[in-house]
Formats: sequence, structure tokens, C-alpha cells
Amino acid sequence: MTTNGTFQGDSKGRPYHRATHPLLEVKNLNVDYLAASGTVHAVTDVNFSLRRGEILGLAGESGSGKSTLAYAITRLLRPPAMITGGEIRYYPREKGETLLSVDAISKDSPGEDLITMGAIQEDARGGDAEGEDANNPVPIEGNGRSIDLLQLSPAKLRKIRWNDLAIVFQSAMNALNPVMSIGAQITDVLRAHRPSMGADSRKQRAIELLKLVGIAPDRLRSYPHELSGGMRQRAIIAIALALSPEILIMDEPTTALDVVVQREILTEIIRLREKLNFAVIFITHDLSLLLELADNVAIMYAGRIVEQASNRDLYLHPRHPYSYGLLNSFPALRGPLRRMSGIPGSPPDLRSVPPGCAFHPRCPFAFDACHKVLPVLQPVQSEDSSQMVACHLYNPTYNAEPPTTSDLAKKYEALAEGSATR
Amino acid sequence: MNDLNMTIENSHTEYVAAPILEAQHLRKLFPLHSMNPLGQKTAVHAVEDASLALRPGRATALVGESGSGKTTVARLLAGLYTPTSGSIQFRGEPARLSNSRRLRAYRRHVQLILQDPFSSLNPVHDVRYHLARPLRIYGHARNKRQETEQILSLLNRVNLSPAEQFISKFPHQLSGGQRQRVSIARALSVQPEVLLADEPVSMLDVSIRLDILNLMLRLKDEEHLAVLFITHDIATARYFAEDTLVMYAGQMVEGGPGDKVIQEPAHPYTRLLISAAPDPTRLSPENNGKIADLPARGEIPSLITPPTGCRFHPRCPHAMEVCRQRFPRRTELGNGRWTNCFLYGDGEASSEGKLSTNIIDQDR
Repeated sequence: MTTNGTFQGDSKGRPYHRATHPLLEVKNLNVDYLAASGTVHAVTDVNFSLRRGEILGLAGESGSGKSTLAYAITRLLRPPAMITGGEIRYYPREKGETLLSVDAISKDSPGEDLITMGAIQEDARGGDAEGEDANNPVPIEGNGRSIDLLQLSPAKLRKIRWNDLAIVFQSAMNALNPVMSIGAQITDVLRAHRPSMGADSRKQRAIELLKLVGIAPDRLRSYPHELSGGMRQRAIIAIALALSPEILIMDEPTTALDVVVQREILTEIIRLREKLNFAVIFITHDLSLLLELADNVAIMYAGRIVEQASNRDLYLHPRHPYSYGLLNSFPALRGPLRRMSGIPGSPPDLRSVPPGCAFHPRCPFAFDACHKVLPVLQPVQSEDSSQMVACHLYNPTYNAEPPTTSDLAKKYEALAEGSATR
Repeated sequence: MNDLNMTIENSHTEYVAAPILEAQHLRKLFPLHSMNPLGQKTAVHAVEDASLALRPGRATALVGESGSGKTTVARLLAGLYTPTSGSIQFRGEPARLSNSRRLRAYRRHVQLILQDPFSSLNPVHDVRYHLARPLRIYGHARNKRQETEQILSLLNRVNLSPAEQFISKFPHQLSGGQRQRVSIARALSVQPEVLLADEPVSMLDVSIRLDILNLMLRLKDEEHLAVLFITHDIATARYFAEDTLVMYAGQMVEGGPGDKVIQEPAHPYTRLLISAAPDPTRLSPENNGKIADLPARGEIPSLITPPTGCRFHPRCPHAMEVCRQRFPRRTELGNGRWTNCFLYGDGEASSEGKLSTNIIDQDR
């Protein structure tokens, strides 16, 4: 893709790297669904940060709030959903980097505060290394370097959306317009967001995009029903990448696809990420898939993040009993065959989340404190890694000796044996 | 098409019990109705050649992508579709499913569990109704008291307790996992010998899947059921079933003991399937977290005009001229393993008489 200036734009000549400072920071985000039968707290006090070029995985059972979180970030939630608190800080590109979207915004809306995005100062950046730590981000207040997506007016939001923040929806079948050709749907995005572009260059761009995701350009005139499921999903990804976004949110993009096609799409995402250096928030219930794909994984349970770690840390030593259970809900392809138990019980009703740790009714390790005190996400003491867990087992106040992964395994194995009679 | 070898029985020593349900060379075409009466007759070739044997107390997994015909095989075995050609034998006798009385007698022994528990239960009836019907129809319960007794014991067997509460619930009051348990209880109510499970866990939430799988494993052992387990997830097949059959575009391409098929896949399609499956063990320290490259790309071809010969040949990295011309005969690889692939021979075992996976490895 080095041949194409407009497309490269941001990352031209710059080697692919994962920056240390955040691109997106979610702070204390709360989302409720207001229902007659009670308020559903779908997302509660969620904190995380996403760096440039990072793939962050969100995993959890259905109803754990992962999709709601994605929609909250893109501000796509409709009533009865309400964002009841928190901040979503987006850090636009640094000074010196040309950014089409910023240019477009500044041109269209001179004098607005978004223009300050262009004048981001480089200083104080160096000190942001700790900013990686999702729970204790360095506070950056009102210096114009970041935008709170939740405070944006609809007009400004429209400029951020798709330019900087694109989303790939779960069902490719329904996300594409059945009466418009693929080409028309791609150029539609360009027509809306790049009014200065001519028809020819729009078409050129559409061809480029299709090539990028591995669809032959002669498919430009095909309608969605003429494409297979995998190709439709690729087309959706092409539309999402049309404006070279900074952040791509993918909500179960491969769930409806077969394994071979799924693998192709994932390889494609990894390849494109390395080429274009965008960040991805990847949502799925399939943890085994996420572990291979994502750099960092956040596990959600009942609307809260209960564990956050790099993929390797999570795979080698999951800390939260729920993470361990989830990880062991997938039969392995290799290794010894053994009886597995899954997680006993079922997810809680979000209208009445159990007090204390929401997982305690299903947790084989639950003790007194779990019923009363809400655990907060904090670094695991003994580790040097950035693994964070919300569990009293790792809190020295309640439990002097944190369990090792093999302790978790033993407890779950005991459950598996018990399950024969369950 | 049917120049395949007729031997279904193989030399697998672990097979002790005689097969209870056998299918030979099942073929199913779904005719397409075109508006032009003079036009050429076309059909979807859903299942081209499927042979399998189910044995009491053993689970056989049928693995394939969507469109591979695995659900059609289950429906053929359940008597929901009539095969275009091929035969089904139950306890060594040809299963005659021609009229409803015979079909009913057959279904006393062979039951199907459907994929989607959200649509396989009638929303206007409660759990009691769903379970009482088969009990009454097959004469297991003669009166209300027996009926209630048996329903309660069924619910307890599928771990729906307290059973007294669940008996009067309606489907919308149950979670996905609970509904699937009701479906399983319904299948068990006729006291079948064969259970055909069509993706019983794929619609369920991840944490519930293992519960249902373990429940089915326990029932299989307790009741000595022969289970056909249909899945698209090869890791689940390995967990659940002793034997694995791999299907591609209506053709069975490989089979044998599950673990062996996964550890040393022979057919190029099986290799593709396994390399595409998510496998976090690649993250372990000795493996460096590198994602394997796919040996082939693409999707299942159109089944209206399927590729000639071996249907995998357009995607196969090892395709030869002969693959385009005809479908290979079944080659025994020893230890109950077999495959239909010219790389390993054509009917008779390859020269070494054992699995020679290096044929493919050299090619890479």
C-alpha cells in the first residue's frame, strides 16, 4: 500500500509500532437500561485504555455488557439505554502527523474547539508511560489534547465517527443494504464524509479498499446477496476502513462464519492492522480466538471488567476464577483429554446483581468478603506484569495467600468430578 | 459416483459392539424447481455419499462447515427426509420408513435433538405437555399419575431441579440451557437407543455448553446410547466423541478415532479445518504465539453444480489431475482410520500400509 498516499496518510514511512500513550481512555463508564421492571446496569464503572495499534479484546458471556460498551463508545446507544456517567477520552493524532479527518474538521468548522486537536503539544507526553495502566491513567484535564466523546454535539460527533472511529457490526447479512451494490455502499461513505472527492477518485478508492480486504475489484457492482458470508464481512470491513479510522470496533465480526473463513478474516485484520496501524476493540465470546488475536484482553462479567491482562498472561495464568472458568469452557484441540466442568450456574439478572462480587454465587472460591465487599480492579501483587484483577483472593486485606493457577485448576477439577452426579 | 468400495466395516479393534444404526452410501438431492418446464432439471447435491455406523455406548462426531451436508445426514437418519439413494439399517435390518406407522416404530428407537432450543419448543405449551406427548404416544405412560412420575424423573435426569417447578414452566420462562435440557429430556422420554444431536450446543452461551455436553456424556454412558454428534467445532468433537467423521460438501473425506484424526489429520481438508480452528496453545512459551498460515482458502462450492471428482479439489493445494475426474475410494490407514484421498491411495492401503503424513509435509 505504500503506493497510495491518500490511504497511507497517517502511517506513511513510519514503521508500525504500538505507542505507549493512550488513544482512547474509558473512565468510570456507566450505562443503564431504564426498564419498567427495574434499571439494568449493563455497564458499571468500566475503565480501560487503548493504545495506537493495539488490539484489545473484550470477552464475556452474553449479557455481560460487552456490546453495550462498544455502542457506548461509538455513542450509538438509543433509549432506553442511558450513559449515566463517565468519560470516553479520545486522543487525536499528535502534531506533525497529517490527519485527513482533522483537516476536514478544521476546514469545516473553523473556530471550534476541535481545531485545537491540530495543535497538540508534544511535551508532557513522555511522562505518560504510566498511562498504560488502565486504572490509574495520568489525569489530563481540559488542555485540549483530548476530546470527551460523551460531550460532543451531534455535528462534531458525526465528524469523529467513521473518520476516527469505525464499527464493524456482528451480522454482515443485515449490516449491508441489500438493494445497493457493494461499490455504491463504499462510495456512499466517501460521498458523505469527503464531499470534495470526485466521482472518479471515489471509485478508485473503492477499488483500492476492496483489494485491501482481498475482494476482486470486479465485485464492485455486486449486490450483497451475490457474495458469500465471508466476502460480505470483508466488504463491511472495507467500508469501515474507508476513511482510515484510528479505532475500529468489531462486534463479534466472525461469529456467523465458518472456521476457515473466520481464520481468513482474522489474518486479514492482523495484516491490515500492521499496515495501517489502527487500534481494534474486538468483542467476542470466544476466548480461545481472542487469545490468539488480541494483545490485551479484558474479561467482563455482569457489566464490570473483572480481569485485564495481556493475552499471554491471561492464557498462562488467569487470575480471576471466572476467567479461569471461561478459559476452560473451550475444549482444547491438543493436549491430554480431560473432563472439563465449565462454570456452574448461570449469569445473574442485571436488574438485581448480587451484592459484593457479582460472581460469588457461582464462584468455587467465594468467602465471606465476596458476599459483602465489591472487589475493584487492581494489579496482581506478586506479578511484575500489568495483569489486573478484581478479586478478593488477590487482595492481601482479605486473603494473605493468593491462589496459583494450579489451585484454580484443582478446584475446578473437583467440580468436574462432582458434575458427574450433578 | 457410486464406484466406491463397499466395505464399511473396518479393522478398528476397539469396536466391540455391533453397530445399531448403519447408513450406507446415503445420497440426497433436493430438486430445484425452475419456471421453465423444458429447462434442465437441477438439484442441490446436499449429500453425495455418506456412510456411517453408530454403536451403543459410543459417540460419533460428524464435523464439517455449514453447507457440508451434516444436518441433512442427521435428518436422513431421523427419517425426516427420504434418501435419494442408499440404505439405512437399524439393528441389521433395513429401516423401512415408508409409512407413518413404521416411522413411528422407528422413532421409538432413534431420536433427534435439534440445534435451536428457542424454536424447537412450542411456545404455547408448557414443559409437561412437551414431555407428556411422547410418553403417551409411545405408551410409556398409561395414566396421569405415571405420566407425572416419569416427567419428574426425566427432568431430574437432565438436572432440571426442582423438577416440580419446571414441569409447569413455559419455554419463555427458561434460559437457553434449560430449554436444551427440556429438548434432551423429550428425546429421552421414548427411551431411545440412538440419539442424533444436531449441533446441540452451538446456540448456547459458552459457559453453559460444557454443562450440556457433560450431561449428554453422562446419559450416553448411563443409558448406553449410540450418539451421533454433529458439530462444526472440531475441538468439541474431540472432547465429546470417540470417533470423528469429517464431511466436505456432501462427501465424507476422513474418519477414525477422534484424537487420532485431530493429531494426525490425513485429508487436506481436515488439515485445513484444524489449522483454522482457534488454538490458544500456540501462545504457550515454546510456541511463540505465531499464527499458522492456512494451507488453503475459500469456501464450500456451490452444491447445485458441484466440482467434479473430489469436491475439495478446487481448494486443495495438492490437487492432481485424477482428483478432477473421480472421487477416490476409501483408503484404510490402519487403527480404524480411513480417508478418501488419492494422496493415500485409491481403495487399497498405500504402499507402506500406514499413515504417511509426510506426503503432505514434503509438499509444503
